[in-house]
Amino acid sequence: MMKEIGHALASDLDGAFPTVVEEMGTKIYWGLRRLSGNHQEAEDLTQETFIRAYQALSGYDRARIRGMNLQPWMWTIALNLGRNHLRDRSRRPTYVELIETGKPDPELPDGQAWDRRLSHLNGHQKTAVVLRHVVGMGIGDIAESTGRPEGTVKADIHRGLARLKQIIEEEA
Amino acid sequence: MSIETELADLVGGLPDGMTEDVALGTGLADGYDLYESAIGHVAVTFNPKGVSSVDIADKAFEDRFVDRFGRKLIRAEPPSAWGRHIPAAIEAGRPGKLPVDLRSVTTFQADVLHRTATIPKGEVRPYAWLAHEVDRPGAVRAAGSAVARNPIPLIIPCHRVVRTDGHIGNYSLGGPGIKHDLLEHEGAHPDWLEGLASKHIRLQGNTSTKIYCHPTCHAIRRSKPENVVDFRSLDEAKNSGFRACELCRPC
Repeated sequence: MMKEIGHALASDLDGAFPTVVEEMGTKIYWGLRRLSGNHQEAEDLTQETFIRAYQALSGYDRARIRGMNLQPWMWTIALNLGRNHLRDRSRRPTYVELIETGKPDPELPDGQAWDRRLSHLNGHQKTAVVLRHVVGMGIGDIAESTGRPEGTVKADIHRGLARLKQIIEEEA
Repeated sequence: MSIETELADLVGGLPDGMTEDVALGTGLADGYDLYESAIGHVAVTFNPKGVSSVDIADKAFEDRFVDRFGRKLIRAEPPSAWGRHIPAAIEAGRPGKLPVDLRSVTTFQADVLHRTATIPKGEVRPYAWLAHEVDRPGAVRAAGSAVARNPIPLIIPCHRVVRTDGHIGNYSLGGPGIKHDLLEHEGAHPDWLEGLASKHIRLQGNTSTKIYCHPTCHAIRRSKPENVVDFRSLDEAKNSGFRACELCRPC
């Protein structure tokens, strides 16, 4: 699927970009939702990730776009934005946006319980577990997005899951 | 159920409005909102580069936008950095702090429109003046079509550009009647201008300063009526020993 999107983007960026949002937006939002634990922040970050991605892709030639590994590339942008976002929320650029109509928070029934559990993990473990198991990325792609070696990513996931298991047992 | 399976189930739907917000943020679609103006409700469209169009807010304006610009239109809020300046820009007939997106016209046309935006409220200038101001004195007709293609009327005040013979002329945003009303509203006295045009009066001079102006230039309008003389041409003014006003730069 990602390969097809990459090809479509390379031949018609403007035409294919809305499809990228439809195809990838859900997982990016829900990944960011668990990482930030906040609807508004996850929504802002998802929107901004796509806008930055579009701006970057506009400057790339076709061959470069076709050869891209889209998902980890998007997550590199998202994770960077997430770090800067926490540092300084006021520096966020202002965009044209839909008139606030009280867009509902699409939270899942178990969402808050998982946010509480995930808050006990350190940052690297939380990112690795969410990208691996919520977003469903492979170890290699996670290593690319986070800039950490594959072995370290594997260890983060392993320790993160072990910690979650322990927390759930304590809850019971 | 394993932890892994439970985590994999933590994916719901795409939040409402995400597709639209991304389209607006990337500029793949323009936003629009409705504003009051001297000629009724207008639809102002905008994207990250600035205000892209102003049109009468009738039932067909969305279709006209899509036909002309090839982008979708979504009801939206303008960027907070400059959106609040839109009402003032409409009222003043001047972009001021508003960025304008003129990608839909050629560089020459954009030059003409930027120059049009400098014509003060209550004054008018002929097409020939615009051509002269952008250093293309021969391109009067091209300056005319640039003005006719103005995507941002009211804010870029193309209603302040009149025919070279001094008659008010046509207006893209609803025809000559609307142009007349707008000029009246701004205090440019269109009936008086039409009167001068029928008498072939193009310029007026001040006998005490020996300076000649476009008839609506505030320099000549401040002169005592008994000091004002009419000229039918630049040559007539020059031959009478008058020199050009540096504010309105008649040509």
